[in-house]
Amino acid sequence: MTYMSNRLRRSMLFVPGNNPALIIDAPVFTPDSIILDLEDAVAVDQKDAARELVVSALKTLDFGVCEVCVRINGRHTPFFAADVSALVPVKPHALRLAMVESAEDVACLDELLGRCEADAGLPVGTVKIMASIETAKGVMNASTIALSSPRLVAMSFGAEDFTNSIQSERTPGGHELLYARTAVVLAARAAGIDPIDTVFTLVEDDAAFKADVRAAKQLGFAGKSCVHPRQIALAHEVFLPTPEELSKAERVLAAYTEALERGAGVVAVEGRMVDGPIVARAQRVVDIANASKSLREVRAR
Amino acid sequence: MMVTNKVGRSVPSFIENLGELKPYAGVFATPPTGAHYAPPIRRHLGIGMGAGKKFLASLREAILASGLKSGMTISFHHHFRNGDMLVNMVVDEIAALGIKDLTLAPSSLQNIHQALIPHIRSGVITAITTSGLRGELAEVLTRESLLKSPVVIRSHGGRARAIEAGELKIDVAFLGASSADVYGNMNGIHGPAACGSLGYAMVDAQYADFVVGITDNIVPYPALPISIPQTQVDLVVKVDKVGDPKGIMTGATRITRDPLELHIAAQAMRVIEASGYFREGFSFQAGTGGASLAVAKLLKESMAETGLRGGFCTGGSTGYICEMLQEGYFSAILDTQCFDLAAVESLRTNPRHVEMSASYYANIHAKACTAHITDIMMLAATEIDTAFNVNVLTGSDGIMMGASGGHSDTAAGTKLRLVTAPLIRGRFPIVVDSVHTVITPGECIDVLVTERGIAVNPAQKTLKEQLNDFGIETVSIEELQWRAEKLTGKPEPLAQSEELVALVEYRDGTLIDVVRRIL
Repeated sequence: MTYMSNRLRRSMLFVPGNNPALIIDAPVFTPDSIILDLEDAVAVDQKDAARELVVSALKTLDFGVCEVCVRINGRHTPFFAADVSALVPVKPHALRLAMVESAEDVACLDELLGRCEADAGLPVGTVKIMASIETAKGVMNASTIALSSPRLVAMSFGAEDFTNSIQSERTPGGHELLYARTAVVLAARAAGIDPIDTVFTLVEDDAAFKADVRAAKQLGFAGKSCVHPRQIALAHEVFLPTPEELSKAERVLAAYTEALERGAGVVAVEGRMVDGPIVARAQRVVDIANASKSLREVRAR
Repeated sequence: MMVTNKVGRSVPSFIENLGELKPYAGVFATPPTGAHYAPPIRRHLGIGMGAGKKFLASLREAILASGLKSGMTISFHHHFRNGDMLVNMVVDEIAALGIKDLTLAPSSLQNIHQALIPHIRSGVITAITTSGLRGELAEVLTRESLLKSPVVIRSHGGRARAIEAGELKIDVAFLGASSADVYGNMNGIHGPAACGSLGYAMVDAQYADFVVGITDNIVPYPALPISIPQTQVDLVVKVDKVGDPKGIMTGATRITRDPLELHIAAQAMRVIEASGYFREGFSFQAGTGGASLAVAKLLKESMAETGLRGGFCTGGSTGYICEMLQEGYFSAILDTQCFDLAAVESLRTNPRHVEMSASYYANIHAKACTAHITDIMMLAATEIDTAFNVNVLTGSDGIMMGASGGHSDTAAGTKLRLVTAPLIRGRFPIVVDSVHTVITPGECIDVLVTERGIAVNPAQKTLKEQLNDFGIETVSIEELQWRAEKLTGKPEPLAQSEELVALVEYRDGTLIDVVRRIL
């Protein structure tokens, strides 16, 4: 699973699949991922038109460095198979499957993708999967879902449907989500895929959004689903390392490289042993800093 | 006869009723000649009300007393913006008196002035010079040849210059004020139709042969503060209403919420930071709407963080900029026109917020003009071409829909000339091979900031290096054009006749371009 294994997914911007202007402008805001939405954003009587628009967008538009995914309609809807077979030939990076409740849901998509890829003459495994966990049942099955397909690159959490499914409601503190968010993080991290946090819908409240992203980062999420372009830069800012984190990571990597060159087995930085996980974490910090607009921004913070 | 000017446009060297015309030869290439115009000296009218006196109760009496005759030129200011009631009211009255064949010379025209169309068709107005025109009036004047000579488009500074030089000779100026006394002292900051600065009217008041002050709010002598003094005003008329405050506040004067424009503003802010002009005491002109006010907000945030403070702000004023003055981010506002009522309030209450005339602001031949002293100018564009020439007058359909305004004036003199625009507007690319109408020559533009990339004028090599050193990626303007056309395709050429419906005068009085009749 080398596909984009080090790809950042700090921000995943939802774009309604039936709005050409928003689709064209989405890459301007440079989210790490764009999710063209055929599910909740599109009314039932517009599903076909939106699907055609998204297919045509994938065929003709340049999305630059952004990962481009399509959120397709759930496995048990009448649009599921048509979505998959129409999209595979235009090769989105991934399909995001809504309302995943079991490993079988993902396996079903995996199998259909395989057939469509073969029909389109594409190598099997070209199109990846992101699973959206949005119900109590999905949360309880998160660990098996995370391991359900080699195509799976990320697992996202959807809080709105989840709170419905546990017959609760969202509060600013988000205590009702704590177990579920943690379960998704642990399942995804254990499987080596990216956990992505739920959307935050108060788009005018930048401070609350950042607090929510900080909480998600602390829990272990790799990124945040975004519903408005203004949230992208804010999410990136939260995921940006601090100048201290960056300079420490650079020292770790330099010491490690130097030790490799010297053939030394054991490295210490500032009195602490540096081993594999610490090197990997340092590399991730530098990667994230590099992915931001400029290192200057990090250092200037 | 047509000649080719310095920006490659074919312009006439003579037009019936307008006389000999000079082609644009470069930003400061054409030297001034002649002397300042002076209005005739007259015996002043007797103090008091009624016939033969200075204070009159009806427009009709004032028009008769002014000596206005067919064939003359009348002027107005546009400080009431789309809430203006005077132009339509005065022209109605003039038409009723049977006076015809007038040249209309307001500082600008708005949508509300579509009421003039019947007076144009009937021959009451046969020539127009203005900074801009909009709406149905603009459409009619671009699609039909209704005037005896093309509309002359002048910049704000260019109009002031033309009036001072006697090239635009005003026979009667009808100048509205929201507050005045019976002796002719006037201002725009008190009264029910307060519109703020009377900067554009000041030039008319000084140089018109006859000045009629019109107000709906007579106050005891003296009307303070004095924006236009009694020494320049021949007559004062009281009418029921001079302007509608709701219409005064037209135009986008609030900070945009459009994520694309905010994105452009963020990019523009980085360019400003990299340029080196964002430094202690910097001066700034924000303009209105789109990304430019959002840039002001970003400047404020950065200034709050760093403690850096600006010098003066210039041009028009908005509530947001006034708030920055109030909070000490800028030290002064030099103001030709208020774009909203919060700005009017600031002009009324803040002694560091002062009016300036259009000549003081932007006249190329004034002995100093603010437009030549400013550091950073945010400019707009309806189109910009690969030679960086900017159009702000005509739309993608070739129809006039905007105004020359202070665009070319400020671009000629400001240190950092930054155009912000979405790369695609509607279905049209903003960057084109050749703009439909040149308002500002490309040599006056330093950088174009769009949501899909930043292009620096190749003539500005140092700026490009500064931006790149700062970590800002720049591309050629041709690359931006390509990026736009990849999404929009290349627009079809416009169907137009050879007939000229407007002449675009550069700020020095030379012709920079023409507008042809759209078929």
